Amino acid sequence: MPQDLPSPPESTKSKYWRKPLDADTVKVPHGELHIIVNRCKGCRFCVEYCPRDVLEMAEDFNVKGYHYPLVKDEVACVNCQLCEMLCPEFAIFCTQTEDEEEGGGEDEG
Amino acid sequence: MTEETTVTEETQDVAHPMDDLLRMDRMPHIWCPTCGLGTVVTALALALGKSGIPLDDIAVVSGIGCTGRVAGYIKVDSFHTTHGRAIPFATGLHLANPKLKVIVVSGDGDLIAIGGNHFIHAARRNVDITVICVNNFIYAMTGGQVAPTTPLTANASTMPYGNFEPPFNIPHLADSCGAAYVARWSSLHVRRMTTAFAEAIATPGFSLVEVVTPCSTLYARRNRLGTGLDLLKFYHDNCEIQHGADTRSLNIDFQGKITLGKFIERPRPTFLDRLDNWYGQVFGDKYEPYVGDRK
Repeated sequence: MPQDLPSPPESTKSKYWRKPLDADTVKVPHGELHIIVNRCKGCRFCVEYCPRDVLEMAEDFNVKGYHYPLVKDEVACVNCQLCEMLCPEFAIFCTQTEDEEEGGGEDEG
Repeated sequence: MTEETTVTEETQDVAHPMDDLLRMDRMPHIWCPTCGLGTVVTALALALGKSGIPLDDIAVVSGIGCTGRVAGYIKVDSFHTTHGRAIPFATGLHLANPKLKVIVVSGDGDLIAIGGNHFIHAARRNVDITVICVNNFIYAMTGGQVAPTTPLTANASTMPYGNFEPPFNIPHLADSCGAAYVARWSSLHVRRMTTAFAEAIATPGFSLVEVVTPCSTLYARRNRLGTGLDLLKFYHDNCEIQHGADTRSLNIDFQGKITLGKFIERPRPTFLDRLDNWYGQVFGDKYEPYVGDRK
């Protein structure tokens, strides 16, 4: 990446830069995360690369002695499945939740 | 109870979508924490699902090394061959049953060093197989020895003062030998890697996808680069996507820019096309096109 391009500040990582024009018509999908705690080897890939900062590392250890991810912000997950694809241990996955009535983008404003 | 236990109980109801494609009796796998190989397996499984090919018509062949374990973990017909011989084994599988989609998943040391000759000749003949070369820049399983892909000045256990041998540029090697499809992605670029795998499987002829993958225990630790997560962050900041880039420009320097993308997509007559065509010309109507062992 060229040095002169401005990069978004860290605080806006998972927020819109501007409100999309069709924000009230687009239905934002919502996902439910499933974490298989005892498969995790604590690599933090999911926590680091979640575009909506849904996950955080637990204080506790799993059976293998690694810290594992926990869902910090359940509402924010949009079922992008990036965590599921990145996880090298097949320990996290995402399922689409049904019956969504929200207007889209409302949780981020 | 605590939040963790509810999470665990919840997951027991729904199986991980990858569980059907993995040999779960062999899990957990042997790969280190923050290794990128698990991601590559996920991407391959997704690409296989996307390609719509019945799983019975797919064979995965691996050589030796960390990446060689992929054949043991993925639940399709798979074979773990001797060191460097994944491509000749795959060629044999393909010729015995040309309907089979043969995918070779192996490491840089296995495919490019010990199996280097097999690699160039399979590309030259344009045998219809897909090769996924996972490049972690080092011989990881045997203790971090220098590989033909180790960047200049990088430290390896057999190059304790830094590597002075110029490395191979894998996409250029495949391109110059005549591969039909050449791409390079990193294990961070999961979606593009999945698409590349699907495209490579669909391309007739020799297709190569190089995947740059972090090796946390040997490459990163020996070179004081942190963990695999730090390497993923490095790929995030230093990878440039240039589709169709000149493959001569794709050298990887130690902690330098990495060019990713789809570089070559040129359909050429495959080995079997040429065989049928040539013997058809020589023997005329007496020649029956090759269909392999399985009619």
